[in-house]
Amino acid sequence: MGRESLVLLGVNHKKTPLEIREKLALGGYEEPLNRLRSLRGLKEYHLLSTCNRVEVLFVCKEPEQMRAAVLDLLFAGRVSQEQLESCVYIYKDGEAVRHLFTVAASLDSMIVGEAQILGQLKEAYRHASEQKTTGMIINKLLHKAFSAAKRVRTETRIGASAVSISYAAVELGRKIFGDLSGKRAMLVGAGEMAELAAEHLVGQGIADVVVVNRTLERAVNLAARFKGHAAGLDELVEQLAETDILISSTGAAGLVLHKQDVASIMPRRRNRPLFLIDIAVPRDLDPEINTLDNVYLYDIDDLNSVVEMNKEQRDKEAVKAHRIVEEETLKFMRWLDGMEVTPTIVELQAAAESICRAELDKTLPRLNGLGDKERQAVERLASAVAAKLLHRSFQYLRAEHDCVNRQERIAVVRSLFGLNGEECPSADTSV
Amino acid sequence: MSHLLFQLSLAGYLAAAVLYTIFFIKQKKTLHPAARAVFCAAAGLHTVSLVARYVAAAHTPITSIHEIISFFAWSLSCCYLSFRWRYAVKNFGSFAVLLITVLMLTAAAAPQAILPLPPELRTWLLPVHASISIVAYAFLTLAAIGGLMYLIQERQLKQKRFGFFYHRLPSLEALDSLNQHCIGLGFLLMTLGMTIGTVWAFQLGGDRGLGWHSKIISAMITWLLYAGLMHHRFVMGWRGRQAAFLTVSAFAAVLLTLFLLLIKGGI
Repeated sequence: MGRESLVLLGVNHKKTPLEIREKLALGGYEEPLNRLRSLRGLKEYHLLSTCNRVEVLFVCKEPEQMRAAVLDLLFAGRVSQEQLESCVYIYKDGEAVRHLFTVAASLDSMIVGEAQILGQLKEAYRHASEQKTTGMIINKLLHKAFSAAKRVRTETRIGASAVSISYAAVELGRKIFGDLSGKRAMLVGAGEMAELAAEHLVGQGIADVVVVNRTLERAVNLAARFKGHAAGLDELVEQLAETDILISSTGAAGLVLHKQDVASIMPRRRNRPLFLIDIAVPRDLDPEINTLDNVYLYDIDDLNSVVEMNKEQRDKEAVKAHRIVEEETLKFMRWLDGMEVTPTIVELQAAAESICRAELDKTLPRLNGLGDKERQAVERLASAVAAKLLHRSFQYLRAEHDCVNRQERIAVVRSLFGLNGEECPSADTSV
Repeated sequence: MSHLLFQLSLAGYLAAAVLYTIFFIKQKKTLHPAARAVFCAAAGLHTVSLVARYVAAAHTPITSIHEIISFFAWSLSCCYLSFRWRYAVKNFGSFAVLLITVLMLTAAAAPQAILPLPPELRTWLLPVHASISIVAYAFLTLAAIGGLMYLIQERQLKQKRFGFFYHRLPSLEALDSLNQHCIGLGFLLMTLGMTIGTVWAFQLGGDRGLGWHSKIISAMITWLLYAGLMHHRFVMGWRGRQAAFLTVSAFAAVLLTLFLLLIKGGI
């Protein structure tokens, strides 16, 4: 019997740029889950699609073949074959389990420790189980992933620290504004970092995003992503009067915003606090701006120091979190390995049961004068003998052997008891 | 009876102060409900003790030094509890409860005997004037605590040094809206209290009028300072650091008025 493999393939934010992730993102779960149903080789499967990753998890017998088929079915025509090959990662068995647990525990997230991913994974699993595409292995695996993630969250403080620049920006924003919902953010320039920070801010309930860029077209495109609006660079100061948080990341060589500009709009803002984040190198915003009252200017180094502040603590927590993931992976793999011998054991028990039945049917009618009690005693005797005989072989299958691997042991037992269907020519099956 | 209740509430405030301080340092979330429950119980006991003293003295207990400080502490508790349901100002309780406890200890140190009320003070205007003014000062005190917290937090954010207080103090905006709330209410009540006080003074002194005592002059200056602060805040849009700084400075005048009130040995 061929061994079933657990396979996880996908793309994430670490290896794949946003442009490609955008193209690969699955619109919803229903339709792709249904399409996968046509692949007969997949025993169980599950999909996860978020803005940072698309992952497919499945159980099958021919991993290589299925990998190609699944990729073809889900992503054909969206990006070129080479692009797809270069960014897709594939994990099997233990690695797949470890990866899934790492993702669930938010150790693989763009912002390590953020809690959103677990909710997304649960949502994805709900779709898969409603569509009945998961079976015993994936059900167990996902439940273990949820509990591993919970362990990481409760046993470490990984979720409690600021862990990246954009998170640091949000954390500072919270110290200034308290609640970020209803605030207005402005992006100056459309760098990737700014985009990320903005994404995170929008996730915190920012009401409105204005994108200001030298080329208006890029601004319009980016603004559409955040459902905000665009403005030209010459409107910058005008727009600033209505803004609470500004993230600047232009490639400009000189300053974009001077102290005088900011000072001039503060009376119009009625001195509402203004939080300016400059992540451009060289800097966009005049460092002197920070001397103005109620204006807080942070550049990339300042933000880094916020991140650093939590780094040591975070590293310690990450080590702990990875240890938990490792433990849970080992536990699951032990269960999965045990699963492998289950069909053989069930078949052996069934075979023994049918032999006992056949022999009893032959013998019992010939024994006269047996009461019900005696008949039951004889039946029990037969099954006890069979069970005692089989017991050793079950032990042999289940045991942790170092010298003979489990596959071999299963093969030995199966051929010994003739479970493979092929009949040995010399065997006397009538016993 | 009222004395025993006072001692009990003092013990309650002390326990609450200890719990709030541990909570402030350790930031263990489980401690907070316990600290709050103890504080609410202490405030409840305090209320009962004031009622008991009112019954025993047959006049509103805001005449002697002990009574004024105790009533002031009670007003602080009530004002704090009145808005803590509306505004979540992180760790504000730790500061407020500490101050309340210090005031209670001071009140406990003052002579607690119930003094007979001089005949000229036997008017319903006195308790109304005094209690409204003290509640007003309580709100202004809370505003000053908030202002102080604002200045500390602001400094940390500006200098980008994130120490002990950065993690424990609330956001600037929360402190600023606390300031607005407390200054607004405090100023309104102070105006009301002073109006009643003026009416009472004219009733008492007849054509002698207010009789410019140092206390009255100081109260006038306090009122003018807060009127200026209100004007700047609501008309000229002074908020944040300037507002916090002004709040803390103007509070010096409140302290002076209270001090002048107390060295005269009561109303």
